Amino acid sequence: MANNTFYNEILTDHNLHPIHKHQLDAPNLVLEGVNPSCGDDIILQLRVENGVIEDGSFVGDGCAISQASADIMLEMIIGRPVEEAKALSALFLKMIKGEATEDEVETLEEAGALRDISHMPARVKCAVLGWHTMEELLDGEQG
Amino acid sequence: MHDLQSRVAALRADFPLLDSQDIVYLDNSATSQRPTQVLEAEKRFYEEKNANPFRGVYELSEACTEAYEAARTAVADFIHAKQSEEIIFTRNATESLNLVAYSYGLNFLKPGDEIVVSVMEHHSNFLPWRYVAERTGAILVKLEPTPQGAITDEILDSVLNERTRLVALTQMSNVLGQVYDLKHIAERVHAVGAVLVADGAQSVPHLPVDVQALDVDFLAFSGHKMLAPTGIGVLYGKLSLLKKMPPFLQGGEMIEIVHWDRVKYAQPPHKFEAGTVNTGGAVALHAAIDYIRSVGFDTIMAQEEHLTRLAMEGMRDIPGVHIMGSPEPQDHQGIVTFTIDGVHPHDVASIFDAEHICVRAGHHCAQPLMDFLGVFSTTRASFSFYNTEEDVARFLACLGKIRRQMGYGE
Repeated sequence: MANNTFYNEILTDHNLHPIHKHQLDAPNLVLEGVNPSCGDDIILQLRVENGVIEDGSFVGDGCAISQASADIMLEMIIGRPVEEAKALSALFLKMIKGEATEDEVETLEEAGALRDISHMPARVKCAVLGWHTMEELLDGEQG
Repeated sequence: MHDLQSRVAALRADFPLLDSQDIVYLDNSATSQRPTQVLEAEKRFYEEKNANPFRGVYELSEACTEAYEAARTAVADFIHAKQSEEIIFTRNATESLNLVAYSYGLNFLKPGDEIVVSVMEHHSNFLPWRYVAERTGAILVKLEPTPQGAITDEILDSVLNERTRLVALTQMSNVLGQVYDLKHIAERVHAVGAVLVADGAQSVPHLPVDVQALDVDFLAFSGHKMLAPTGIGVLYGKLSLLKKMPPFLQGGEMIEIVHWDRVKYAQPPHKFEAGTVNTGGAVALHAAIDYIRSVGFDTIMAQEEHLTRLAMEGMRDIPGVHIMGSPEPQDHQGIVTFTIDGVHPHDVASIFDAEHICVRAGHHCAQPLMDFLGVFSTTRASFSFYNTEEDVARFLACLGKIRRQMGYGE
């Protein structure tokens, strides 16, 4: 059963006042991600140079979970090497499945605020939309 | 009103799911809960009368056939059909509407004919007609209501003409709760020589329906929205139309004679009930009809309107909440669909869920209506006669907190 405190301040704050929701100047990787059940629709934009995510942003519409999750993700991955971003993504998905240890959740910093999604199967797709879109984008770039 | 509330409190004890858990169930337009009387009737049927109906010569099969046909008669009486042969058992309203589309639509419509479909339709009374239009070359004509969801004579004038062959219309919108005057609309539809296919999925559980008085040509509805189990539905069709329609599905029990080179189909309704039928479901639907009659539409409608009024009055005082459709509670038949400024309906439903309140969020299988209303998705609370004033109070208390919980300071 969902927890009443699920919509915590970290989540609502990233939803109402996103840091990275804007058009990016000169992105070299762009991909749209869609979650038909909530109608969440984001366009993720990254500028990756020499294996490092130099900058990133998103635009789009959707529920608070999808929007906040994408914003938190960008906050975490900007400035990191691609491989580290992908490792964080794997960890995030592990947390959403309810399989991450306390230490691992700790590593996820603010993204840990979304851990209770693991008890809300109907909303998992919202939480992982940004992360899946990033993985697809980075994998496509390497392929 | 006090009498009504004590009556509801007593009825509520008939619903094991509501009685045994702390849950505020406000998704009645999606599916109703089932009373013990219905669950017991189905169980008793399988314990005492189960066999394959129509086929057996033995007594048990006859008892089964009798129970199944008694259910058909009960449905015919319930909606005032002229005869029980006009009642076809299906899986649900969706299958009933598809039956009409495939059997009537594909065979009796031709290029240039016009099919009028309203934007209020559930996808199940829109997609089959879209398909029929594609396959036959008929033209799909869109009926749009007034901004508040009403159908006026001017609107009817603008869509009906001598090319109109079929009109598909819901009797009650599953989003707006608005009821349409099918008697008047049927007159207009028949005046141009077309048939009226009515979707009664929302209306039949909540108000008395008389197909002869309304003069609709077809009426589809589902058992599961009216206290019966899933998997049993009904198509009513005028016998003269059913007689000339070919079967929808072919197989056992829908024939009189089958040889390698010659087939003679059974008469309606059996022509449209291929394969072993859902006897237990039909018996349970019979019990559901008996239950609804014992409660009475007076009580059902009075309580649903009372709860709708309480809810809508309370919602008006909550900043940022907007109700779709008419501002009058009596136009809603227990269905209140709304938006909250700045909060996505799926977040709204999750916050309700945390307090064990079940509401529906999304497009309600009515995307063309969402487009017409200019919203992407909405949240819907739908009340049934077994809901209580306390249910409404909990709904309003939670609704009042949502914007604050989502970070809007007010």
